[in-house]
Amino acid sequence: MSWGFAIWAATLAFAAAVMAVTRASAVHALLLLLASLLALGVAFFAMAANFAGVIQLLIYAGAVVAVFVFVVMTVDAGEAAMAREREMLRSAWRWPALFVGLSVIPILFGIGGGPMGEGAPAGADTRELGLLLFGDWGVATELVALMLIAGMIGVRHLGRNLGPRLRERGRE
Amino acid sequence: MTPLNILLVLSAGLFMAGLFGVAARRTILMQLISLEVMLSGPALGFIAVGAYHGSVEGTGMFLMVLGLAAAEVALGLAIYLHMRRATGGDSDAAHRLRG
Repeated sequence: MSWGFAIWAATLAFAAAVMAVTRASAVHALLLLLASLLALGVAFFAMAANFAGVIQLLIYAGAVVAVFVFVVMTVDAGEAAMAREREMLRSAWRWPALFVGLSVIPILFGIGGGPMGEGAPAGADTRELGLLLFGDWGVATELVALMLIAGMIGVRHLGRNLGPRLRERGRE
Repeated sequence: MTPLNILLVLSAGLFMAGLFGVAARRTILMQLISLEVMLSGPALGFIAVGAYHGSVEGTGMFLMVLGLAAAEVALGLAIYLHMRRATGGDSDAAHRLRG
């Protein structure tokens, strides 16, 4: 049963992703990407990967999409752009809302039915994961941390003169 | 087809959709969104295989993919903000890079 729900949610994620990469407007694409990532999170929950599902919702659907939204806001901050976005958003929410709504159906089925998957309970799952990441996979975890630090330094370097330039463009 | 097969096909489909986006779109912002879709394909595959074998290693690999995606988005969007001034966000026009 839980595999069926996982396949259902993953199919929705795939459909939303195909629509996201074919949209003309960046805001439409972002909303569809958000719907795709949320549906993928539902698929993770259905496969009893609770920790991965929570991380998917918090980091991917939360932080990563928020960064995209900040950039779209920074780039298109003029009055004309705002009016255009308002016009476009009037209908843009329908498709993402459909995908998210459809992927919620398994959760509604799962309420009252106990855990949706047949995997390990969440507590043991997270404990094992911590032991794996900081035990056997310690070097890989360190490398990911190094990569994130390199990314942070790179962003700091790239963005050092960006503020004044963006302000200038805003005044134009 | 077993459920795992179907999920792996969907994971490959997600990856191919993202690859199509990276290749077909010319706006850098849309290419970054497509890259996100590309990375979510393998993430689904890792979680599905991990769930199938009842192991947490799938989730571990998912966290690695997540770290990669976070670094990629931060750097990609910073580069996008820079390139937009020079090229208007068109990746074909960006044949010259200078730090």
